Amino acid sequence: MAKLSREYVLKLAQLARLKLTNDEIELYRDELSEILGYVDQLQKVDVKNLVPTYQVTGLSSVMRKDEVVNYGANQAKLLKNVPAVEASQIKVKRVLG
Amino acid sequence: MSPFDRLRKSEWPAIADIVDQVSTGKITAVQLVDRALKSIDENNGYRAIIAPTSNRAKQRAKEVDKQIAKGKIGRLAGVPFITKDNFLAFGADTTAASNILKGFDAPYQSTAIERLEAEGAICVAKANLDAFGHGSSTENSDFFTTLNPHDKQRVPGGSSGGPAAAVVLGMAPFALGTDTGGSNRQPASLSGCVGYKPTYGLVSRSGVVAMASSTDTIGPLASRVDDAALIIDVIAGQDKLDSTTIKTDPKGYVLDPADSRLVGRKIGLVKQFMGDGLGSDVKQVIEAAVKKFEKAGAKVEIISLPSLSLALAAYYIIVPAEISSNLSRYDGQRYGYSEVGANDLVNSYILSRSNGFNAENKRRIMIGTHVLSSGYYDAYYKQAQTVRTKIINEFKDVFKKVDVLIGPTAPTTAFKIGQNSDPLEMYLSDIMTVAASLAGIPAISIPAGTSKNLPVGLQIMAASQHDRQLLQIAKAAGEVLA
Repeated sequence: MAKLSREYVLKLAQLARLKLTNDEIELYRDELSEILGYVDQLQKVDVKNLVPTYQVTGLSSVMRKDEVVNYGANQAKLLKNVPAVEASQIKVKRVLG
Repeated sequence: MSPFDRLRKSEWPAIADIVDQVSTGKITAVQLVDRALKSIDENNGYRAIIAPTSNRAKQRAKEVDKQIAKGKIGRLAGVPFITKDNFLAFGADTTAASNILKGFDAPYQSTAIERLEAEGAICVAKANLDAFGHGSSTENSDFFTTLNPHDKQRVPGGSSGGPAAAVVLGMAPFALGTDTGGSNRQPASLSGCVGYKPTYGLVSRSGVVAMASSTDTIGPLASRVDDAALIIDVIAGQDKLDSTTIKTDPKGYVLDPADSRLVGRKIGLVKQFMGDGLGSDVKQVIEAAVKKFEKAGAKVEIISLPSLSLALAAYYIIVPAEISSNLSRYDGQRYGYSEVGANDLVNSYILSRSNGFNAENKRRIMIGTHVLSSGYYDAYYKQAQTVRTKIINEFKDVFKKVDVLIGPTAPTTAFKIGQNSDPLEMYLSDIMTVAASLAGIPAISIPAGTSKNLPVGLQIMAASQHDRQLLQIAKAAGEVLA
């Protein structure tokens, strides 16, 4: 597989909400190209008549009662990990312009 | 004296024997916890532990002793254990060895930890891993690299390198780990203990930091197969908090010595794991093990599973895809590292993630983003999931003929710190463990011998939900190899 372009690596980073330094861009151009080159071997595998397996348990639509379960995580405990709190609410930067 | 003999001296009694001693008053939970904390302190130089949970452990030991005095004796009464630091657990921060989770104080505990504690087990420390489980050596921990208990120049394996080293060094009778593509088995092989990955869904994933949801499993690292079996018996079972959990074996997982035999067992030696890329020293140990199994009455035949050669490529599409999805929750807003100086919301996400994740996290997130992006989804992700079906079908066919499959757990013994600097080279150390993960089948690594004083692990795999049979054969195999 051809080496990924600088623009494409930047596009992936932007989609993944990551900011890369110049050195990182060049490093990931090489490394991602090498890894994707390796996994490319799957392209030529014959999978005629086979369906994809997205999960292995065979379970589907597992239901439970829609009820509140108290597992001890109170508001104070949950908010303790929040970077910015105001009036017991999570504070973030403005969402709508 | 071999490293096994040397280390066996620091080993704990079998877990069932510890509980016996506790219940008859020969030893107290407080004494057991003190012994574990002392060993953690003495072996500090191996850097297996991110944080001891000393205060909570001592307090819980007193409570457990009180309960024992009242005649309330749990199945793991007073037994100290160490958890990989990707389980939500009280007593110290839950970090997943990542800077982005540094300082995270778990508001509740994972189901597996709760079930262990309900039976009287006591968590004494949180152990090191490759951050978020992304790695095979602990070199991707954001904090430090754990050293191999047999050679401080070498890695302990990973991602459960901290738990594996901790068990081998005698810090606790067992550790709790996660295995997404080999993370319990490969470090067990490189460090020299038992590492078990149960059938997918047997143990609840609730409260475990997610890596790849379709292959994440939870299991113990221990000194004996019997110990691993007892632990899985305690933690297995359906959980309302994880809708992918499955029913347990009606017979449970605690082993009856009478069933643990090799006579008459049909064992398949995986051809693809014994060829190119396998270290000749590892090959010799595995071949010697096969001879011992035959001598003990097992019927060993060479079995070919041609699609296994595709497993690693499929794994490194599927798992990064799921990682990129699971790690999207780390946005710096609700918990975790947050870049406060950002001028708007999107930049706050970007800077928090860019400064909080390490190079391997970012590498996997970007691969996952690529294989899931429109235009590439069918070619990569769907194709890999279809190859997965091919691998599963081959396993199903083979398990009609044999009881278990065996082979080496890893292609080499423990490698030197810094040796696998190329990411793809590091991925290749998972080549023998990822197939069982994709198929969701149970697999275990047990010590098979040594090469140049470094441990070599034997991997045993069984059909889906045949965990009891896997453990029975592993126990018998371990006795033959000892």
